[in-house]
Amino acid sequence: MNLRPDPTFHASPKLAMQAPVENFAFTVMLSPDGSQSDGIAVIDLKPGSDTYGEIVHKVIVPNKGDEFHHFGWNACSSSLSPLSGHAFLERRYLIVPGIRSSRIYVIDVKEPLKAHIHKTIEPEELFAKTGYSRPHTIHCGPEGIYVSCLGGGGKDGTDGPPGIFIMDCETFEIIGQYEMDRGKQDKHYDFWWNLPQDYMVSSEWGLPPQFENGIVAEDLLSNKYGHSIHFWDLRARKNIQTIDLGENHQMALEIRPAHDPTKSYGFCGVVVDTTNLQGAIFTWWRDDNGVWQAKKTITIDPRPEDPANLPPLLQGFGAVPPLVTDIDLSLDDKYLYVACWGLGEMHQYDVSDPMNPVLTGKVELGGIAKGHKHPNGKGFAYGPQMVEISRDGKRVYWTNSLYSTWDDQFYPDDEGGQMVMADVGENGGLTLNKDFYIDFPKGLRSHQIRLEGGDCSTDSFCYPSV
Amino acid sequence: MISELTSVTALWGAVIFSGLYHGINPGMGWPLAVSAALMERRHKALPKALALLALGHFLAMIGILLPFSMMVILIDWQVEIRIAAGLLVVAMGIYLLVNRRHPKFLARVHPARLALWSFLAAMAHGAGLMLVPIYLGLCAVGMEDTGHLAAQTLMGNNIVTAFLVALVHTVSMTFAGGVIAVVIYAWLGLKFLSRTWFNLDVVWAASLVLVGAIGIYSAYTGH
Repeated sequence: MNLRPDPTFHASPKLAMQAPVENFAFTVMLSPDGSQSDGIAVIDLKPGSDTYGEIVHKVIVPNKGDEFHHFGWNACSSSLSPLSGHAFLERRYLIVPGIRSSRIYVIDVKEPLKAHIHKTIEPEELFAKTGYSRPHTIHCGPEGIYVSCLGGGGKDGTDGPPGIFIMDCETFEIIGQYEMDRGKQDKHYDFWWNLPQDYMVSSEWGLPPQFENGIVAEDLLSNKYGHSIHFWDLRARKNIQTIDLGENHQMALEIRPAHDPTKSYGFCGVVVDTTNLQGAIFTWWRDDNGVWQAKKTITIDPRPEDPANLPPLLQGFGAVPPLVTDIDLSLDDKYLYVACWGLGEMHQYDVSDPMNPVLTGKVELGGIAKGHKHPNGKGFAYGPQMVEISRDGKRVYWTNSLYSTWDDQFYPDDEGGQMVMADVGENGGLTLNKDFYIDFPKGLRSHQIRLEGGDCSTDSFCYPSV
Repeated sequence: MISELTSVTALWGAVIFSGLYHGINPGMGWPLAVSAALMERRHKALPKALALLALGHFLAMIGILLPFSMMVILIDWQVEIRIAAGLLVVAMGIYLLVNRRHPKFLARVHPARLALWSFLAAMAHGAGLMLVPIYLGLCAVGMEDTGHLAAQTLMGNNIVTAFLVALVHTVSMTFAGGVIAVVIYAWLGLKFLSRTWFNLDVVWAASLVLVGAIGIYSAYTGH
């Protein structure tokens, strides 16, 4: 508890953009086969530092087989909500769930070089208090820390629907299920919200048997993965509308609302359209009658490829699907970054007009049957995946692993974890930075990145940029 | 007579001061007035939000004071009532000192329901209780003059006093919060929103203890 608000809390996205730049990144390291312990790599980003772009500290957990994936902060700019009146939390702890073990670690990063485990919540406690499993996305909101889970109860996570639970933001005690009326929602993935407008949006990947041992081709081809997004009355905890994007739009994953809270729109990435293998971005918005709408505003075509160059999973298609696996929106709501993990491309779209995105930049790196090299001459396993943008919008960081078993299916010959950075041009455009290239320790892959002091997929702002 | 006048002036001064004090506390809502004007992109939304916040605060004050105005009719028990009220206020302060957790139910209120939010926030923080010893002090001074009046008249006077206390307090609270909100909205900008924000939790709880203790002391000493 501080006497003044944490200096990394910002009232508006604009103020966050003007704040000092990031000094550290925290990146997930995961052991794909559970032979080593997972951890968090602390990366030096201090401009001019001797160890810039190097892993300077590691928090390695005592257990094996957790499979780290996404993670988030205990507190963010949402603490400045005018409704709270208590903005005195510290942005100090990372909440790191094991998506396979359902164990949750709370890591104290107050001193990044001495980051250490503060608390561990065992899976049994999560199961008993929430009926959910496989914790995933973390956001800090009005009632504490909200965590989405991909699985329900039972051994394979299919006993009851998955959902969101709430955790106390000071004691890290699990409070219980969030939902009071989930409506049609029966799968889960990501969620985010607009706090002053009091709505939340959630998305769907698939149930644990559909992803834990690899992608299930039959389920995909029969359109059994998630293809709906759900709109919620945030404080009433009620699903008010479900939009089915069409069953061919398989795996509606990342939800990225506009950061400026006066805007009532956002984006959602769809991994693959089973009718034509395209990747897609939907823009969702609230119309004048208060009804939610969604429209496909970006499509990315697959690339024809000789089946001999393709992994067995894709040989029948004779093409490389783009596989839109992650998207991220800059704090000024101007650029949307789209990771095409199959093609091996990172796209930058100008979404100033959210209904008419314009492709403004593109970087090729890795990719199925391509394996584009980094400008420093080194290889890049898999393709561009988890993407994070600096608060000022000038640097874009990304890693390469999607999910242990899926990496092996789409890239059977690749192995390794890398993190790279691209510079954003004055008027858009994206260029890989030749000097920024992190190779993760042998046997470990990398996933989500968090930037010290907040980034473009953590903080929820309560006041508009004016 | 002169000492009575001074104590009346001092007590009304305390009513105004407590209003200003509540007003600068962000927990009583001025950031909501800033956000309303910014979110709606209309200057007018700021005074409207302040008015709704004031309404909620006024209702919370009068809701606490009225029951006491009924009780002071028991003139013979006047001292005991004032001591009990003081103890209640001290207890609330100690409770807030020990339990430093935020009242979670406030997070469930819809952001647009400002009057309800303001009412609940004032209740949860014991804002109304802070006025009780001051109010009872005013009633006590009144009774010294009018001790011979019929009970009904006395109660009527006390109710009028309760409304006046709540009104004067709310006006000064709205003034203080309004000045901060307008200065930030119109001149300083959002950057100062977080800079002007101090953690008043401990000071606030201590104020309750202090006000309660003064209430008990003055009940004993007959003022």
